[in-house]
Amino acid sequence: MIVRLISGDTPRSPVLTALLLLILICLAGAPFIFEGVRALDTAARICIFIVLVAGYDLLLGYTGIVSFAHTMFFGMGAYGVALASTHMGRGFDALLVGSVLGALAAIVLALLIGLFSLRVRAIFFAMITLAVASAVAVLVSQFSDITGGEDGLTYKIPRVLTSANRMGEVMGVKFTGKTLNYYLIFFSSLVLFLLLLRIVNSPFGRVLQAIRENDFRAEAIGYRVVWYRTAATCMSAATAALAGSLFAIWLRYVGPDTTLSFEIMLDILLMVVIGGMGTMYGAVLGTVLFVLAQTYLQNLMGAASHATEGLPLIPDLLDPDRWLMWLGILFVLSVYFFPTGIVGRLRGQQST
Amino acid sequence: MTAAPDHRPTFADVSLGERLGKAMPFLLIPILVVLGFFAIGAPSSWLTLTVSGLAMGMMIFIMASGLTLVFGLMDVINFGHGAFVSVGAFIGISVLIALGDWTGATSLLLNMSAVFLAVAAAMTVTGALGWVFERVIVKPVYGAHLKQILVTVGGLIVIEQLIHVIWGPDEIFINRPEMLKGAITFAGAAMEKYRLLAVGIGAVLFIAMRMILRRTKIGLIVRAGVENGPMVEALGYRLRVVFIGVFVAGSALAGLGGVMWGLYQEVITAGMGERMMVLVFIVAIIGGLGSVEGAFIGALLVGLLQNYVAFLEPKLALVSNIALMTAILMWRPQGMLPVVKAK
Repeated sequence: MIVRLISGDTPRSPVLTALLLLILICLAGAPFIFEGVRALDTAARICIFIVLVAGYDLLLGYTGIVSFAHTMFFGMGAYGVALASTHMGRGFDALLVGSVLGALAAIVLALLIGLFSLRVRAIFFAMITLAVASAVAVLVSQFSDITGGEDGLTYKIPRVLTSANRMGEVMGVKFTGKTLNYYLIFFSSLVLFLLLLRIVNSPFGRVLQAIRENDFRAEAIGYRVVWYRTAATCMSAATAALAGSLFAIWLRYVGPDTTLSFEIMLDILLMVVIGGMGTMYGAVLGTVLFVLAQTYLQNLMGAASHATEGLPLIPDLLDPDRWLMWLGILFVLSVYFFPTGIVGRLRGQQST
Repeated sequence: MTAAPDHRPTFADVSLGERLGKAMPFLLIPILVVLGFFAIGAPSSWLTLTVSGLAMGMMIFIMASGLTLVFGLMDVINFGHGAFVSVGAFIGISVLIALGDWTGATSLLLNMSAVFLAVAAAMTVTGALGWVFERVIVKPVYGAHLKQILVTVGGLIVIEQLIHVIWGPDEIFINRPEMLKGAITFAGAAMEKYRLLAVGIGAVLFIAMRMILRRTKIGLIVRAGVENGPMVEALGYRLRVVFIGVFVAGSALAGLGGVMWGLYQEVITAGMGERMMVLVFIVAIIGGLGSVEGAFIGALLVGLLQNYVAFLEPKLALVSNIALMTAILMWRPQGMLPVVKAK
């Protein structure tokens, strides 16, 4: 049953299995295990980013093409929910309509970009997605009467999902609409993740991996490489948009910085590479490690910067604002030395 | 004995359409300029916009030329190219600020020597940085596009953040040297002196680059290497060395472009290179990856179109470039002047 649920793609390493189970338990019981708003927020963020990163891994790790527009699709889903909630009033129908329309728009745009660039050279894709994503980010901040510009949009979600909705206590913990909202996010993310797992372990996923290894040979065997690559792009875009919708439902706010910025794109890249390209479980581990580090390590850097105040240059290098530099270094090093990421390491030790 | 086969020399009858098709990329620029004239209506603003469009195009070309050649020669796609633009701008502008007395003086000689020193410093540093970048970041990942993209993006971030560490997180505002301020009025149109200078520098650079590529031995090797690398190596030329030379030169040009762009905008940020990369990529794609002439035409088209559209409908300026790229890719999927690869 469980093996069927994860599409026969077992973790293939005891340590990995234990880690994944631990993460699953922690996320499933987050409102009861951890205290405080911040912990719950971190857990929700982890759920959403797991889907986002897994969707990106479908493209980068399984198909072998680099996209810089993943945050753009993420943003389309988020803005879809935001705009629908603003114009249709609070309600579940607005959330649904927004998510569906956002995902559809993402699919159409992905189809266009894919057909345009993948037709010629896969390398065009990286450059064109970068150009299109930056154009969209500029457009969103310019058309401020629709999108709220740099300030973004705040809107209301159904009252059932807010902390104003008190539903009593469960096991000594207050169960509010916020908790319900968390479970909505958690189960949606779980379903989406299992769906992605299903996709990559299907015959379709096999073809994608064949294309990654040798596109020329895949074409020669008779698979239309362009078609498969474009289809993978569309699927990845749709999952990104749905993750964006979840994010919008959770935050009750969308803005360019939280959904569209290039920085989030880098975060996603890093999560995929650290966790391990070409495995869905890598996305889980990478995301958990990264989000935890982002939330808690920056404080540590601030303390370290403070402690080394007397020394030249070092406090500047350790400043929490320079967090991105250390990520960049980590990123380059991991591409060189751990191209298979954490999951590859864990599995490698198992097989030798 | 049979008669010799009827053998008359035939002249290939090239139809007008074919001739036009070949010349079309070059004709696009005048066509766009004329279209701009009718769309804008007022000759004086049209002239102003054309000059600033050309200036912008020249600067983008300077940044894009290195990237496109590096790709053509070694199949290396460098997403970190933008970092050289930022570093060049910061070094150059720092030199200009340090030489405040020279730039503040109302003497063309002093002004220009300050600019010259700034450019020389910027190009030296970015050239050296390019060499290090090639050794450390790019060399281990030859032949693997996926890793190249990832690793060079990582390099871009690290360099950008180092700029923050060295120069601080804030943007730096600067004034142009005294003699380059202001505008010349010609036929009722105000043309900023600096933009005219930028057009001049860009044109000289393009001609020089073309001369080197077409008339010198090293240019011959570079062009042959773009077309068929293994063959050039088989003939005994060490393409690796040539490639490093091209990479360093391209980085230095990106640095020059950075200084010029910084003086054009009169403000520099660490993220400017990253933003310029978007335009540089568009230019490289529509020109045909690996083609210097294509990049030149593409850069001028992007510069002109962006300025015209910014005047007519400001919000659509950046989208116009995407539209241009889409249109050109529909017309020629490999770019306007694709590099013929003998593979």
